[in-house]
Amino acid sequence: MQISLTVNGRPYTVDVEPRMLLVHLLRDVLDLTGTNVGCDTSQCGACTVIMDGEAVKSCTVLAVQADGSDILTIEGLAKDGELHPLQEAFWNNHGLQCGYCTPGMIMTAYHLLQVNPNPTEEEIRHGLEGNICRCTGYHNIVRAVQEAAQRM
Amino acid sequence: MYPPKFDYYRASSVDEALSLLQQHGANAKVLAGGHSLIPMMKMRLAQPGVLIDIGRIDELKGIRVEGDTLSIGPLTTHAAIAASEDVQRLATALSDAASVVGDLQVRNRGTIGGNLAHADPASDLPAAVLALGGEIEARGPAGSRTIAADDFFQGLFTTALDENEIITAIRVPTGQGTRVSAYVKFPHPASGYAVVGVAAVLDIAGNKVTTARVAANGAFECAKRLAGVEQALSGADATAEAAASAAEHATDGFSADDFMSDIFASADYRAHLLKVYTRRALQKALERA
Ligand SMILES: Cc1cc2nc3c(=O)[nH]c(=O)nc-3n(C[C@H](O)[C@H](O)[C@H](O)COP(=O)(O)OP(=O)(O)OC[C@H]3O[C@@H](n4cnc5c(N)ncnc54)[C@H](O)[C@@H]3O)c2cc1C
Ligand code: FES
Ligand code: FES
Repeated sequence: MQISLTVNGRPYTVDVEPRMLLVHLLRDVLDLTGTNVGCDTSQCGACTVIMDGEAVKSCTVLAVQADGSDILTIEGLAKDGELHPLQEAFWNNHGLQCGYCTPGMIMTAYHLLQVNPNPTEEEIRHGLEGNICRCTGYHNIVRAVQEAAQRM
Repeated sequence: MYPPKFDYYRASSVDEALSLLQQHGANAKVLAGGHSLIPMMKMRLAQPGVLIDIGRIDELKGIRVEGDTLSIGPLTTHAAIAASEDVQRLATALSDAASVVGDLQVRNRGTIGGNLAHADPASDLPAAVLALGGEIEARGPAGSRTIAADDFFQGLFTTALDENEIITAIRVPTGQGTRVSAYVKFPHPASGYAVVGVAAVLDIAGNKVTTARVAANGAFECAKRLAGVEQALSGADATAEAAASAAEHATDGFSADDFMSDIFASADYRAHLLKVYTRRALQKALERA
């Protein structure tokens, strides 16, 4: 089936099998490998992207369901060589160790700050419940989101 | 991990979805948010040959107040329900339940219609809709019918829906006078699903409870009313003490076999949690009076 979508501002038209998952379209067809697959069972959030303004787990969305939509991935955040405030804040606060969960964490945090620009610590933790990090213990991730909220 | 192969159709109206369902019969499944169906297909727990995507049918989305009824389109997401001031005000238990489903990303995609149709025993919305005295409107080849939530949930992943019917609306009466409600859950620490979740809806006049409807999910193979608690509360004082003693009746009428049991929580433990979470749901509702 032919679908058209915009990813990080760039329009694409591609032919996909109905069973192709959005994450595989992004990684294997469009070569945007910043979005990771962690669990593949809808639990870990490593595959989170923004679809029409909302954070979604792209391992649990069919590419055909994303037909006509506007997708933002981690690759679309930096502008003109400048990191996005969320990316800088993760860097400044040691919000990552191995970095595997980071693209998903940042995209969920992006959505969170869009709907709630000044979240409390509790709201940040509730918002990031669908993103699992095996390394950091989360405290620095929460601090990074707090710093980003102040700068955005 | 890919789902198995299937043919994909995108319906642009309920009529089109119904005729596709009719055409493909038992081999077809309706796709809403996909947050139960896609994971099941990836695990090969479901292998429908045909998916009929209803996700873009606008007439199935949205929340409307119609007189003393709240009408919710089946495609309304958990996030939209949790964010709605009308739901918060008129059906607070449903607002509570929608806001604790899974996580933010799941709430952005998952829908109330899919949640009720799927009838996972550990889902959060069934108890809320049941306690609120909701109704499910379903449309099939023979037309529309209305199913009371009391008759809708029939067993593990089993509802009163026919194979070729689609949920077209969920209606919740908003009640006269002072109605307060709440939903609380004990989430499974890994999956977030309800080990036990209880919804309590109380009508209050003066400082007495006139009617109570209380329902639980997680504990049983499907959402069920807690008749013992409801009776104990009818005419009782609207106080935390009365709520605590009524909660002790949560397991009345059920036998040990009625409780779900798994590696994480035994039937005994679920029965214990049921009393604790019934008390918390009642007291949270009363705090809102
Ligand atoms: C990681 C994760 C965590 C979750 N945690 C929770 C939780 O804590 N609590 C909870 O309640 N749920 C939880 N869920 C499930 C989530 O709420 C699902 O979104 C919901 O159960 C199904 O809704 P859906 O729109 O995604 O339906 P789909 O997956 O599209 O469909 C589910 C079933 O319902 C049928 N269906 C869908 N819409 C209709 C309709 N209008 N008429 C008739 N049949 C229909 C489909 O054919 C299918 O059989 C979780 C899901 C995930 C992935
Ligand atoms: S890879 Fe999608 S949630 Fe883990
Ligand atoms: S930094 Fe390693 S998983 Fe989060």
